[in-house]
Amino acid sequence: MTDASAQTQELIRAVTQADSPARLIAAVQKLAMAKDRAGISTLIAVLGYNNPTAATIAVKGLIQLGQSAVQPLMEQLDEYNYGARAYAIRALAAIADPRALDVLITAAATDFAPSVRRAAASGLGSLHWSELASQQRQSAQAKAQKTLLSVSQDPDWSIRYAAVVGLQALSTIPDLTQPIQAQFEQMVQNEPDLAVRARVQLARARAQTGICT
Amino acid sequence: MLETNSEEQPETNAQVLTVEQAIANLQHEDLSLRYYAAWWLGKFRVRDPAAVDALIAALEDEAHRIALGGYPLRRNAARALGKLGDQRAVPGLIRCLDCSDYYVREAAAQSLEMLGNPAAVPALIQLLEGGVAAAQQVPGRPHLAQPYEAVLEALGSLQARVAVPLIQPFLDHPIARVKYAALRAMYQLTEDDTYGQRLVQALEEGDMKLRRVVLLDLGAIGYLPAAESIAQCSVENSFKLIALKGLLEHGIEEVKLRSAVARGPLFVDPRSSHLPDTAIQVMNLMDSLL
Repeated sequence: MTDASAQTQELIRAVTQADSPARLIAAVQKLAMAKDRAGISTLIAVLGYNNPTAATIAVKGLIQLGQSAVQPLMEQLDEYNYGARAYAIRALAAIADPRALDVLITAAATDFAPSVRRAAASGLGSLHWSELASQQRQSAQAKAQKTLLSVSQDPDWSIRYAAVVGLQALSTIPDLTQPIQAQFEQMVQNEPDLAVRARVQLARARAQTGICT
Repeated sequence: MLETNSEEQPETNAQVLTVEQAIANLQHEDLSLRYYAAWWLGKFRVRDPAAVDALIAALEDEAHRIALGGYPLRRNAARALGKLGDQRAVPGLIRCLDCSDYYVREAAAQSLEMLGNPAAVPALIQLLEGGVAAAQQVPGRPHLAQPYEAVLEALGSLQARVAVPLIQPFLDHPIARVKYAALRAMYQLTEDDTYGQRLVQALEEGDMKLRRVVLLDLGAIGYLPAAESIAQCSVENSFKLIALKGLLEHGIEEVKLRSAVARGPLFVDPRSSHLPDTAIQVMNLMDSLL
């Protein structure tokens, strides 16, 4: 798989040379379906083409490529295009490889674009913690929790909402349940936006019935 | 929560003010400082009665004029007063509906909608005079004779049922945004599903900008059957989330209201943990858009 087959090269060329949105979408679709690692870099580039349909297809393709896409996604994170960055963070969140922890924490806490922060915060709770050694695991989970507890007090309702989604997933970890439930209780009392309050209630209901998303 | 916030941001450089400074600046000899102070008081929701008084006074400002005859300070004062929620602003804002500056009239209509006071209805209705025939573009200006979108939306939110026969003709206005505002108002005033469905259809027409407008309309009226279409349509997630938030909050309020009627107000627990299934569906959609 390391040296791209001629076929994949052809698919990549079709993406980079597409001269209409419709051709671009079709070409990205084919490249994504090929599931070839050689196409990863091109799929990441598509995230910055300002074509939401093509970008959504590319994100799906990257998620299917799974762990092999993680390092390239982090390295090619677009500093200048927040739209592209949001898609990349969404892909990292869905792949859920804990190597992305620090990237997600930085994005959730400090990115200037709300879309990036939402994607990072909601994904931060659902990383595949079992892929970490047990000593590392605890400190990684603690970092994620600390970030989300702070992000859940952001002035932007949509970011608080995303933090609740992240915290809900984290709260299934026995050591973290208690402080997260305490934060949820606080939010039911004081959260100004009805929609966020409703999401907190849903998170609590799911914690009680043991459903985690 | 949107990435850009250009509409509100005045051109003046951002400046840190205290409440006292901002109120005092409304009378500053530098007109740009007055303009900035009015915006600032609204942006930071300064509900201090002294701020409200000063902003109400600014609605009649004569000092700050622009070449075309507009009243920039009045515009910002009118916008700010909508955000501060003080009903004392209503009479002044109603007078602004007669202002020669289109943008003052528009800001006043929007703020009167936010203040939710039905006393504004007769004056708002007057702006629809002449019907669709009069609703033409003003020569040389980028706007119509009246701020129809803002007026129609306000009449819908204020539950002005008397205005239904006047709003109906605007469903055929050639400008999409005006038509959508009419659909939105008609839905709010009649709860007739056809108007909601026509807005849902509009999500598949038009360009991205228009689809954003429709999304915000659907959110404002809390039209629950639109949930899936909102989640699917081709617009940035930020707009979809705002629209779905509107649906969610509207749906929850509705259920609370119905249970209050059924069980008597004393039985309503404002923190009740019961969530209706429709609310959970909307939240699942919202989760998928984060």
